[in-house]
Amino acid sequence: MTEINSDKERTVQPSNKASSTEVRLTLEDGTEMKGQSFGAVAPIAGEVVFNTGMTGYVETLTDPSYRGQILVCTYPLIGNYGVPAPRPAGSIDGPYESSVVQVQGLVIQHYINKFSHHNAARSLSQWLRQENTPGVTGIDTRTLTRRLREHGTMAGWLYPATMEFSKARQMAVKVDMKKEVFGLVAPTDVINYPGGNLRILLIDVGAKDNMVRSLLKRGTSVRRIPWHAKLAKHAEDADGIIIGNGPGDPTDLEPLVLQIRALLDTYRKPIFGICLGNQILALAAGGETYKLPYGHRGVNQPVQDLLSRKCFITSQNHGYAVRDEALPKDWEPWFVNINDGTNEGIRASHHPYFSVQFHPEANPGPKDTEFLFDDFLRLVASMKIS
Amino acid sequence: MHSDYLPKKPKKVLILGSGALQIGQAGEFDYSGSQAAKALSEEGIETVLVNPNIATIQTSREMADRIYLQAVTPELVENILGKESVDSLLLSFGGQTALNCGLELHRQGVLEQNGILVLGPPIQTIEDTEDRQRFNDRLKEINVKVARSKACDTVEEARRAALELGLPVMLRGAFTLGGKGSGIVESKEELEDGLRRAFAGNTIQVLVEECLKGWKEIEYEVVRDFHDNCITVCNMENLDPMGIHTGESIVVAPSQTLNDEEYQLLRSIAIKTVRHLGIIGECNIQYALDPNSSDYRVIEVNARLSRSSALASKATGYPLAYVAAKLAIGYTLPEITNGITQRTTAFFEPSLDYIVCKMPRWDLGKFRGAAQRIGSEMKSVGEVMAIGRTFPEVIQKAIRMLDIGVKGLDPEAFKFQDLASELKNATPRRIFAVARALANGMSPENIHELTNIDLWFIHAIEPIVKMYDELPLSKEALGNDVLLRAKQLGFSDQAIDDHRSEQPGSARKARCEYGVRPNIAQVDTMAAEFPADTNYLYSTYHASTSDVSPSKRKKIMVLGSGVYRIGSSVEFDWCCVNAVKEAASLGYETIMLNYNPETVSTDYDVCDKLIFDEISLESVLDICETEQPDGIVVSMGGQIPNNLAIRLHEAGAPIIGTSPENIDRAEDRRKFSVLLDDLGLDQPQWAHVTAAAEVNHIVEQLGGFPVLVRPSYVLSGAAMSVAHEPNELQRILNRAKRVSQDHPVVVSKFETHAREVELDGVADHGKLALWAISEHIEDAGVHSGDATLVLPPQTLYIATIRRIKKIGAQIAKALDITGPFNIQFLAKHNAVKVIECNLRASRSFPFVSKVTGQNFATEAMRRMLGVRGKVINNSLDLDYVGVKVPQFSFSRLVGADPMLGVEMASTGEVGCLGNDLHEALLHGLLATGFRFPKTGVLLSLGPKADKYWFADEAKIISDELGLPIYATKGTAKMLKDLNIDCVEVKKTDEGENSARALINSQQVDLVINIPREFDEQGRPDGYRIRRHAVDNGVPLITDLQLARAVVEALRCKKPEDLEVTSWNDFLSLHPGKTTPP
Repeated sequence: MTEINSDKERTVQPSNKASSTEVRLTLEDGTEMKGQSFGAVAPIAGEVVFNTGMTGYVETLTDPSYRGQILVCTYPLIGNYGVPAPRPAGSIDGPYESSVVQVQGLVIQHYINKFSHHNAARSLSQWLRQENTPGVTGIDTRTLTRRLREHGTMAGWLYPATMEFSKARQMAVKVDMKKEVFGLVAPTDVINYPGGNLRILLIDVGAKDNMVRSLLKRGTSVRRIPWHAKLAKHAEDADGIIIGNGPGDPTDLEPLVLQIRALLDTYRKPIFGICLGNQILALAAGGETYKLPYGHRGVNQPVQDLLSRKCFITSQNHGYAVRDEALPKDWEPWFVNINDGTNEGIRASHHPYFSVQFHPEANPGPKDTEFLFDDFLRLVASMKIS
Repeated sequence: MHSDYLPKKPKKVLILGSGALQIGQAGEFDYSGSQAAKALSEEGIETVLVNPNIATIQTSREMADRIYLQAVTPELVENILGKESVDSLLLSFGGQTALNCGLELHRQGVLEQNGILVLGPPIQTIEDTEDRQRFNDRLKEINVKVARSKACDTVEEARRAALELGLPVMLRGAFTLGGKGSGIVESKEELEDGLRRAFAGNTIQVLVEECLKGWKEIEYEVVRDFHDNCITVCNMENLDPMGIHTGESIVVAPSQTLNDEEYQLLRSIAIKTVRHLGIIGECNIQYALDPNSSDYRVIEVNARLSRSSALASKATGYPLAYVAAKLAIGYTLPEITNGITQRTTAFFEPSLDYIVCKMPRWDLGKFRGAAQRIGSEMKSVGEVMAIGRTFPEVIQKAIRMLDIGVKGLDPEAFKFQDLASELKNATPRRIFAVARALANGMSPENIHELTNIDLWFIHAIEPIVKMYDELPLSKEALGNDVLLRAKQLGFSDQAIDDHRSEQPGSARKARCEYGVRPNIAQVDTMAAEFPADTNYLYSTYHASTSDVSPSKRKKIMVLGSGVYRIGSSVEFDWCCVNAVKEAASLGYETIMLNYNPETVSTDYDVCDKLIFDEISLESVLDICETEQPDGIVVSMGGQIPNNLAIRLHEAGAPIIGTSPENIDRAEDRRKFSVLLDDLGLDQPQWAHVTAAAEVNHIVEQLGGFPVLVRPSYVLSGAAMSVAHEPNELQRILNRAKRVSQDHPVVVSKFETHAREVELDGVADHGKLALWAISEHIEDAGVHSGDATLVLPPQTLYIATIRRIKKIGAQIAKALDITGPFNIQFLAKHNAVKVIECNLRASRSFPFVSKVTGQNFATEAMRRMLGVRGKVINNSLDLDYVGVKVPQFSFSRLVGADPMLGVEMASTGEVGCLGNDLHEALLHGLLATGFRFPKTGVLLSLGPKADKYWFADEAKIISDELGLPIYATKGTAKMLKDLNIDCVEVKKTDEGENSARALINSQQVDLVINIPREFDEQGRPDGYRIRRHAVDNGVPLITDLQLARAVVEALRCKKPEDLEVTSWNDFLSLHPGKTTPP
């Protein structure tokens, strides 16, 4: 009965009178929107993606899976509770999920400069400027989101409104998502987090720090290795492996896929994939992945466990998915997305290998599937004894 | 779908309603009950509904299969269970009333005896949440923090607990609604009073709690199915922190000042708690959150649909009540479709891409003596919800929606004597005090210290206050920039014009010029992530495009009733919903405009397009520009839309029904008076008083005292009063503040001992099509909204009825009425005078429709759309009697004088049927909290004439009812003169034989007090007796005629003789019936 009406459009200016620079967002399809800068001012480019979470901008902005992307928040008021003090170097404390702002740029409807929270030490604007990340406010993010939903994820450019688009396009800082991105988000060296007896190996392609915290909280030791490290030796030392989340297209990570595939023939200890880890595990097992039209990014994604039929609300951030129909023999879908029926997890029939597309570690988002860490560690412990 | 939880599908389900609207329990339960009935009917389950609230939509034929318009009390419901072979019971859709009734039936073993299954949350779970001690124990089992507290059964125990916990403490009654009797006790001196109030009205348990004043107050709405799938649908944050009841707070959704860690912490605890308690369906969990540390306490869990759940449903588009009903009959969440997207399921958590703001509406000014402070007890009578993209946009919208004569968050809206005190001690005006303080230059930090309101909200208000400063300064033509910024900050065109001292219409003109227009956005539950065909819409100046375009269909827009307040509530929602449905069935596309979250009309299922927004000249014209409706209905939603009629008409909007010029002729006192004179119709004499000095002369001309006084300049609060003698008149004129040529006071002759009669009707091009005549039991002088209405009339002469009908036809013709109308008459002996006429649906439309079986609202809509059919007028020829009884909420309004007058004071009503007047009246009284007297009656009658009028009834009380009579001095003397036994009591508070002591000791369980004289504070005599009766939950009657009718009814019917008969059965008694409304 209702039709989308897209021919009439006008610029929306923010009602907090900003003396700041005007910024323009241009999408691949020619859509242009204007707003005011509240972050660093520099031309940038990236894939434009939207997130529907209503809280959690600190966690989201530091999530390495967003590397190279321009993030659009659908919730209109951002900055409300400010930003905590920076964490000391080497710390993995929350709410930060990595040490830097990962997004290429941030697009919001209405920036709140006068934050209010006992834990806040600076405004979002201050933080973005410190991190040299552009931010724009005064964009009708609902209309922008509708466009992204209809046309699929698109490339976009964020630049000072005074600059010509052609020039901005030339100058824009961007991340090469095929080659560059995985290098940017992975640690350079092996990092050991001492803890209890169980030794968990975390393969880091841009893993959120909360994966480490979730493990340490449960009394394990964690070794965090970059995805390109030699896997076999580390795997041997560990009691179980987690393949973490990360940005980009999993098929661009062939070296890692090959290393995991090599492991699958012989490894008898549990392997648990999360997000990108789900896709890597599927590819390693001989499955396929594909790009979703506009991905799942938010903290309200419903999934169902196909065995127990139980449903959970999950935190998600991915643009690619595992193809159910292409799963090899001896593998089966484990979780399904109730909204669109896409794959949300797989498991091997005869081996302790399993993975989920969502984020059981949350941050931001609901912790309803946190029990998966407990299940995983229980399995790790029982297999260690036997 | 069936399992241990529910072995087989229910066949016939009894749904308990919430009864009359009262403070703390209002229209939201019409919404939840209606959704439940709908959800069950879809499954082919037969429904039996018990709800005496005749004005609700749920008590309509298409909602429930069988309807009992009777009190939701264990006794009556047990009788109904005996008549209807139901197999299951839904008790979580009718508020605390239904829950308490269901629990009592369980305790008495009635449910078990009848093999009735309780659907939804198990009884055990409900008891865990209602009994404070059990609740605390259950939460401790899972290490969830609750406020330190002790549940106490006696005053002594509570006193000890308070001192042990250390003052300040919070006192709260268990099993009560709206925080009744609760309060913070700061000092030892306040303790005794606090305890007495907390235990008043038969409260059996009081909770003495650690005081968390100043903590953030946060709520989550949680849904769980029997398969243990559990989600939180919405969270909400109160702008007013702990210490102010959530029903009294300004509330936003989603929360604004919580970071993700806190949001998820409280969410996780909510789910853990709900799982542990074993709730199936919907519930609400309230938290206190320390603003300085993320420490929290669970305050309470309501294992039922609530005011908050109705608000959350409207705030998110997630139909909580509908889903809860489906879960109750054994569905799981993923099996239920998301009605908004139609392609996803009910197992998801809505993501909002807008902010909503709820504001309560109070009518404290209407109550003589009522305390203005707001706190832990609910006093508000209605609420509004605004949707937008920023806090300034929604708070200013919400303030206008309150309809309190203020055009936004204007710092100058009210005068404050002591600003700091206004900030510290909350009243309904506190938000204006915050704006005023900011305008005065007080620092946000300072305001925060005084109010405990989070700095976020105070900062968010700052740009509004600045704009109020900026508008008058920009002397040159209004620029695009200022205009857009003002609109984005939620300023109305009128506010902009006023503050720039421009002609009305200037801002609108400038907007047209610059193309500054609001866009329409969808509430789609998914923040645009999935395509949604949703018809649930709001307007905002922050959107760059509209989500929807108008269709090419013929369309009708119905303007809703807006905020519920004293004098306008669910009855007008019933009219609007019926109008919309009728227009739809005649093939029109329907647009509903309303902003009240506790209504059925704002259910997106009801119409083709729901625009959840302001009802103002500006918003209606904005919608007209894009939607181009073929007709706008202003006559169904009560006074708010009615008042817009002439201005909309002048602006070219297509009003259908009676012409706006004629609406104005009826509304304007002078024009209407001339009309009556032209028609040769009698009216009470009246005159304009423009100078205080001339008033006595005018009174003389009118025929002397008493007179009715009506000031024309009233911002809010008490408008009309009756003056019995010159001093009183002076006092009233002083209160009116201004009497001048521009602000005349209307003084009219007040007729004593006259009957008041109402004609509700529908006319078509000036011809009477459908009509019903009802009479008041009370003498004229009691506001028609507070009067007890009887249909068909039982005491009117046939000649009077004929005369009234004839006058009705004459007026209909003279005003060329097409659509609904209502005329009020005075009848004394054989003379009939016209009091007033409204060319809109009246408060009594649902009552007359449901009693007669003819739907007046539907018929009016048909006539307005030019459709004519045969109508049966049967209102005089019914084999039963309908009685409408008002519901008062005096017990919640500390200090208010519980008496009736020309200003309306009731918050709701019931309508009950009976085989005769006595039966219907007793049913009506029971449904409004009356209990049959068993121990003794206290009589305190007014002037001598009144005393003798009551002589026969006093004799009945003493001889036939066998109840001892206690009487105040004058009354006792009269009774003794007539040889009627009585005990004389003192009006003062002291001593054994004082009225107070008798009420305390429960020797008196009915008080009949007819106030006529006034004490030195202008308060009618006997205030203390009345107040004490109300504070102790003792039935009180303050009208002589009503008292006589009640005594007569008690003589004729014993409680045990009261029959329960369904509405369906009553209507089928009547021959000419087709489909009841």
